[in-house]
Amino acid sequence: MIRTARNHLSDLKKQLFGQSTARALFSIIVFVLIWELGSKSKDWFGFVTPWLGHVPAPTDVIKVWIGLLTDSSYWQSWVMSFLRVLAGFVTAMVLGIPFGLAIAVSRISYGIIFPSFEVLRPIPPLAWVPAAIIFWPTQELSIIFVTFLGAFYTIVINVLGGARAIDLRYFQVAESMGASKWDVFRRIILPGTLPSIMVGAAVGMGLTWEVVVAAEMISGGGGAVGSSGGGLGFFIWNSYVGGSYEQIIVGMISIGIAGFISSAGLRKLGELCTPWLRKR
Amino acid sequence: MNAAPGQLPRGAIRIEDAVKVYDPDGAAILAVDHCTLNIPAGEICMIVGPSGCGKTTLLNAIAGFHSLSSGAIYLDDQLLCGPGKPQADPGPERIVVFQNGALFPWKTNLENVAFGPIMQGSLSRVEAHDKARAMMADAGLEGVEHNYPGEISSGMRRRVEIVRALMNDPKVLLLDEPYRALDSLTKSVMHEALLEIYYKTKVTIFFITHDLEEAIFLGHRVVIMTSRPCKPKKLLEVDIPHPRNYSVLTTKRFRELMDETLEAVHEEALKAFSLGEKEG
Repeated sequence: MIRTARNHLSDLKKQLFGQSTARALFSIIVFVLIWELGSKSKDWFGFVTPWLGHVPAPTDVIKVWIGLLTDSSYWQSWVMSFLRVLAGFVTAMVLGIPFGLAIAVSRISYGIIFPSFEVLRPIPPLAWVPAAIIFWPTQELSIIFVTFLGAFYTIVINVLGGARAIDLRYFQVAESMGASKWDVFRRIILPGTLPSIMVGAAVGMGLTWEVVVAAEMISGGGGAVGSSGGGLGFFIWNSYVGGSYEQIIVGMISIGIAGFISSAGLRKLGELCTPWLRKR
Repeated sequence: MNAAPGQLPRGAIRIEDAVKVYDPDGAAILAVDHCTLNIPAGEICMIVGPSGCGKTTLLNAIAGFHSLSSGAIYLDDQLLCGPGKPQADPGPERIVVFQNGALFPWKTNLENVAFGPIMQGSLSRVEAHDKARAMMADAGLEGVEHNYPGEISSGMRRRVEIVRALMNDPKVLLLDEPYRALDSLTKSVMHEALLEIYYKTKVTIFFITHDLEEAIFLGHRVVIMTSRPCKPKKLLEVDIPHPRNYSVLTTKRFRELMDETLEAVHEEALKAFSLGEKEG
């Protein structure tokens, strides 16, 4: 145990101070530097850098951001978006996994359900926004519905593909050894599909963030009035309308961070669920 | 549970006039052509034939994965498949060990080995794990019980798979080129390990290969099949006494048997080659 803990520590050290870390830092520092110089070019050099000259400088963005850190409505936006993503994503998983498995294992259900599914699938989730606002009683539900759609199709397709790709021989082995239909489902199909479920979930999670932000912008932030209940998408939109360009950037970066946190969490969860795929 | 040394051998297979016609898109392809073969209980019967000749079709019919078009197969004088019952029911008394291995990647080696008895309900989970642990130790597989199959060498995997098969107390082991992907050094180790298992269990072995040396080294009898359609072309009684070990390979009798069969095998291989058979 001590040995492995020590190994982990030295791995961590290598990761933190290794060459790739240095390169990553270099990349980010140069990027921010060019951005800063470009944005401040009018004050410092007397000319406006094309494109970059109209973007708020990183130092100004950070100043505004620090101001926002104590602003509860900013954090409220985070919470709102996270809740919507979570609601849409979890619903997509809860409905999508059984749905995908059902059409994977039964030729009849596949034949009946899949064609309709394929007709609906190419419709971009955002095209559903107006219809969703009409169909669902509250704006909140409309946004969650559209977010759900973003992940649902991807998860279903991955589950279906994953279940179908399971090696026929696993079924033959299980059948020879006396496994019942339920055993085959629980012990072969389910674990056999799990890696694909995780891939679908990762892609789906990315899509829910894309969709939730756009949906929040379009629907005006959902039922709650004002910027506090609108989520990060509405936060950006509101900043745009209010003319605070620094806040737009803060909102953009916040969404990036939020998406990163969700993906990282999901990846960790995926690793826990599929221990046999751990790096060896 | 397994047949102790001296116990009466069981697992005689009788194949009578077996015919298998595949019918992809109306183009009838004769895979097995009036094949008759008697395998006494406790024999190691090696089936040698060119790639794609239909050996695996025969194995699948015994295992119950595919049907026969006509003819019959008996196990210990009980009908497995025949007139009125074209496809045998897969069962734990006939276990297949596949070409590239079919251990469940999501189960640890121990869970894989314990799978059969748990599925059949013949042992409780705890009992099955205890027995699996004992049998793995017996086969020199101590220390990899809690690894996943992906974490051990392919030679080890093959051994785990044979132990998994033996856990079902089978009457017949059906091996479909189990050592094909292994290098020749690993192969020689696997051969002796298989013989060791055989001497303990006296299980009937139906072993498909296209490695003539392997066939003569392991088998009581070598059946050389014709290229498609598949039927026995030549039966070779290997009169080298068991128990054997690798020193047999250098004996004069072994070379003679090799010479005696090589021509027949080569002839069929040429035929298969000119037919453009795919490997596998």
